[in-house]
Amino acid sequence: MDDPFALLFLTAAATLRVATPLILCAMGGLFSERSGIIDVGLEGKMLMAAFFAAAVAAATNSAWWGVAAGIAAAEVMALLHGLACITYRGNQVVSGVAINIIAAGLTIVWGNAWFQRGGQTPALEGDARLMSLFFPRAGDNILVYVALLAVPLTWWIIARTRFGLRLRAVGEMPLAVDTAGISVSWLRYRAVLLCGLLTGLAGAYIAVAQNAGFSRDMTAGQGFIALAAVIFGKWRPFPALGACLIFGLLDAVAIRLQGVRMPGIGEVPVQLIQALPYLLTVFLLAGFIGRAVAPKAIGVPYEKEH
Amino acid sequence: MKAARRPLPVWADIILLPLVNVALAFVTVGIIVRVIGVNPFHALNLLIAGAVGSPESIGYTLYYATNFIFTGLAVAVAFHGGLFNIGGEGQAYLGGLGCGLAILALDRYLPAWAMIPIAIAAAALFGAAWAAVPAWLQAWRGSHIVITTIMFNFVAAALMVYLMVNVLIAPGSMTPQSRNFEPSSSLPAMTGSALNLSLALALGCCVAVWIFLWHTPWGYALRTMGHNPEAAVYAGTNLRHMTMLAMCLSGALAGFVGVNELMGVHHRIVLDFPAGYGFAGIAVALMGRNHPLGIVVAALLFGALQQGGAELAFEIPTITREMVVVIQGLVILFSGALVQLPRPWLQGLFAFRRPS
Repeated sequence: MDDPFALLFLTAAATLRVATPLILCAMGGLFSERSGIIDVGLEGKMLMAAFFAAAVAAATNSAWWGVAAGIAAAEVMALLHGLACITYRGNQVVSGVAINIIAAGLTIVWGNAWFQRGGQTPALEGDARLMSLFFPRAGDNILVYVALLAVPLTWWIIARTRFGLRLRAVGEMPLAVDTAGISVSWLRYRAVLLCGLLTGLAGAYIAVAQNAGFSRDMTAGQGFIALAAVIFGKWRPFPALGACLIFGLLDAVAIRLQGVRMPGIGEVPVQLIQALPYLLTVFLLAGFIGRAVAPKAIGVPYEKEH
Repeated sequence: MKAARRPLPVWADIILLPLVNVALAFVTVGIIVRVIGVNPFHALNLLIAGAVGSPESIGYTLYYATNFIFTGLAVAVAFHGGLFNIGGEGQAYLGGLGCGLAILALDRYLPAWAMIPIAIAAAALFGAAWAAVPAWLQAWRGSHIVITTIMFNFVAAALMVYLMVNVLIAPGSMTPQSRNFEPSSSLPAMTGSALNLSLALALGCCVAVWIFLWHTPWGYALRTMGHNPEAAVYAGTNLRHMTMLAMCLSGALAGFVGVNELMGVHHRIVLDFPAGYGFAGIAVALMGRNHPLGIVVAALLFGALQQGGAELAFEIPTITREMVVVIQGLVILFSGALVQLPRPWLQGLFAFRRPS
């Protein structure tokens, strides 16, 4: 442990482990928000995915079925969000809040009814968990690499494909897209479903890779940190990745810094480090560090003229 | 059948549609209860008995309802100004901190008649201050109030953990809680339950909010801003000041949760006392249609659910009290995000009834 390179490597690995669900979730939020659908329900989708991933992995003793179940659960919630926001043109923030609260309650209610462990699922072991691929001490399971690949892929889809161009257009000016004869609703549904896929992977990662099973409220605000990262990255994939890595690093070093006196500052409260992602996002939104401009049509339901 | 597009009669829009929305939420809950293998009607019976079966349980129902009135009013006041305050949780937390700090500083010197009003004022002040920052950021710096208030909930939680663990913890205490308040700060409470005088404060707030919103020039300006900001500007309203006013009132109302919890029940500062009331306020306000009277009705229902749900979880081990959280979420979904879902059905029904 005294070897500085080993320390550096382990810190980097810890950062990446913590940042993986943030990255997946942030890329999901990015698709949704670039299409004009606000998503404050990232947390709820991820929590629901984590629960079903753990429950199915425990039942089938297969991590892969767990991951599939996690994705399916998040997609159901994403469809609900789409139904409320796109088809019924409801308030997108209200829908997101509802999804968060339903997920927080339902995971515990179902968990308790099915496993009788006060909302926890049985501990996962062996094939029911995703294990490290190359470096056992780093915890580099396959979803970590998926998360890292998701970023350039998201960039490529949004910046270089026809679908991405239309997606950006529908988030800025849906009327123009509609006038061109392209369905606004279908585009937005696809964005919301992509968001469900990625938040599902994030939730599954938390339950079957990072931890060994589900425990109540285990996402613990990470969906909101991912949302903060989307805003911090100004709704662009690579800057959002950067934000996730910074937030992950803060989280990884928070425990190490507990009780340590920093030269010139004194002891930094660990709570301050935990609150830093939220505070930084507030500062950014207020225009104190650069300017974050949201997609123009975000939060506005599109009403087709008859 | 294009006749179905006719608008609904006013009474159906105000009363029937919200009832159908809430009914949909409860039918969904019934299905969920059925899925986990419990007869929903049996559960409902236990729930009602647990909520209103004895004077003590009615007391607890009213005590929970008090919190829901405060946070419901908080959401509603901001909503009338077109602002969505999701920060009720953090504002309630800070309101509790304010009233707790005032009591810890003064309770050894002041009699009850002076201590209680000061503590209540401190709760309002701290709650308002915590809401004022996002309001200021929106009004002057253009940041989105939804995002800022969400972030402030987490900042409030981190701040409170820091203060409780490092500063306010009682000497020799193992758990992060402050020293006990002197009796001079206690609100008169019903024996055998947590119901206390905060309910009177809550009902007073309802009347005050009603007068403010519908019978004062400021309330009128606030509602104008909510309906049409451009019209409000033409009418000479300063939107920045109105945003500050709406959010400060909202924060103060949420802060009163601290009064009910700390001065009425815990008698010391503890962690996590807002326990989701801030978020539940969104459900209360949506179900109560942002009107104080509707909010009282919705708060009573949610209070009964909270109390009855606790009893239900005690009777049937397969159901946990988080069932109530699910109901809150479903009410927000059906009364908020999916509010237009049953409209075509009702329109069809009315068109069928009067085929003229």
